Amino acid sequence: MRARHGDLLVKGVAYAALTVLCAFMLFPFVWMLVSSFKPFPEIFAGRTFLPQEPTLANYVALFERYDALRKFWNSFYIAGSATVLSVFLCALGGYAFAKFTFPGRNVMFAIMLASMTIPFAVMMVPLFVMMRNVFGWIDTPWPLIIPGAANAFGIFFMRQYMLSVSDDMLDAARIDGASEFGIFLRVVLPTALPGLASLAIIFFMASWNNFLWPLAVLRSPPMHTVPIMLNSLQGPPGRTAFDLLMAGSVLSVIPMLIVFFFLQRYLIAGITAGSVKG
Amino acid sequence: MTPAPSTTSTPATLRVAGARRRGPLHALWRYRWPLLFVSPFFILFAVFSVYPILYSLYLSFHEWRGIGAMRPVGTANYERLLGDRIFWNSMLNSLILFFIYVPLMTFLAIVIATMLHGNFLKLQGLWRALVFMPHLTSMVAAGFTFRLILDTHTGFANRALTWLGVSPVPWLDDMWWARISVGLLMIWAWLGYNTIIMLAGLQTIPTEVNEAARVDGANTVQVFTRITVPLLRPVILFAVTLSIIGTFQLFTEPYILTGGGPMRATETPVMQIFSSTFANLRFGYAASMSYAYFLTIVVLAILQFRLVSRGDR
Repeated sequence: MRARHGDLLVKGVAYAALTVLCAFMLFPFVWMLVSSFKPFPEIFAGRTFLPQEPTLANYVALFERYDALRKFWNSFYIAGSATVLSVFLCALGGYAFAKFTFPGRNVMFAIMLASMTIPFAVMMVPLFVMMRNVFGWIDTPWPLIIPGAANAFGIFFMRQYMLSVSDDMLDAARIDGASEFGIFLRVVLPTALPGLASLAIIFFMASWNNFLWPLAVLRSPPMHTVPIMLNSLQGPPGRTAFDLLMAGSVLSVIPMLIVFFFLQRYLIAGITAGSVKG
Repeated sequence: MTPAPSTTSTPATLRVAGARRRGPLHALWRYRWPLLFVSPFFILFAVFSVYPILYSLYLSFHEWRGIGAMRPVGTANYERLLGDRIFWNSMLNSLILFFIYVPLMTFLAIVIATMLHGNFLKLQGLWRALVFMPHLTSMVAAGFTFRLILDTHTGFANRALTWLGVSPVPWLDDMWWARISVGLLMIWAWLGYNTIIMLAGLQTIPTEVNEAARVDGANTVQVFTRITVPLLRPVILFAVTLSIIGTFQLFTEPYILTGGGPMRATETPVMQIFSSTFANLRFGYAASMSYAYFLTIVVLAILQFRLVSRGDR
């Protein structure tokens, strides 16, 4: 009986702790949302929690003065094309590492894993020089799509996933005379769909929220992505446009929340891959 | 579960052809498909990682403002870097930040994962989603929101504290409080991520282990400290390693929340590399900085690995 009583206490504490924690987790979202409907002075006056006279003026100003639609489109198509290309190349590489034996495979795999530990900042300076002087890619989406297109984490993730693709199925397709690339497209990709979805969500999210590299290579406002636009609303002390910033922040979070609520399962599968097995 | 032996992976037709002719070119032809499939990674890796890293080494022995001719300066950049207190201060800041948020975050992640594991609590999916939600947010958006909330004079945090009768806190205006504020933002953003990793680890622990301990009379807290945490060790190490790498790559959070201030208390190495390149146009110096930064991380990683493997003996 005493043990059960203790459990009840632990349970009560657990619920209380989770409630406090989730309040902490949710509060910035709530504050972002209520502030986005407040005029600039009211955000700092702090007399009431909810906006006294809710206004959409911040949202309107964001679109009229800062061409937010264009920046959302930039973010969307950069994230979209980077995701499609990366997922495809990672699936291709992962498939080769999982289902073929070839000379140098283990060495190549080790090099690939080791490359994951190189921090981006180490290559940032020369990569920027390269983008500007060799490719002329400053103010274009290419630096955000091409260099990271076949990334090591993605190939590693897809390899783990492809290991479970049945060899019999592949051999059957070979006997039917399908080309290796045809097998990849028509047999492997469809069976790996859940894995592709996980990877796609992770890549899309990373690209959508990316800041450091776009800040370096997207110089002129019409080319900005959403996080860079938000950063550009920053001014000298007291002059940062927090009203427009909060409206923009709300809009930047919404697509991610939609993705999360519909595809949560895939996202979590992607995050946990490697933590247990690897 | 283990993949079938590799013989099935080599197409029958190719095996027949391979028996007749030999030579490196032929091997290349024989393995053309897998080599072709992995080539995008290695081509992109060579062009956009290996080459830049080598070029960076070259750059680090030169003085260059990004345009015009480079001036070879020998080891001058590295000599100056050794005495650059601002740079080493930024490295120290990363270390301090690591100790401010990683132990607390890891502990919380294990506790929350334990609470959300099994059928202990109701509404598991909801709690998990709420804890994870911040991780989806752009750090720029989150950073500005935190800056608004934590503002010493007009922020909600201090209003709430005053209302509770606690004296207000100089969240972003004091060196140590600013570090704590960055840590708070990091915990907010990364706790859910770490919780998910710990949850995945917990799922690999057989429930019989916990039940056996229960039968032997262990209470909830004892099961947690004596069974859960030790069995979770590999996963905890994985999460902490990710946190070390993450802390040394910090840029957006302090850049937006504190701008590196006050008095450079929250400035990170990546911020230093960024401003040397894009604000001061000292490309060669920034390159030497990124090398020193990289070497330090490698040394730290080796040290951590040593420490961990000694613990295993």
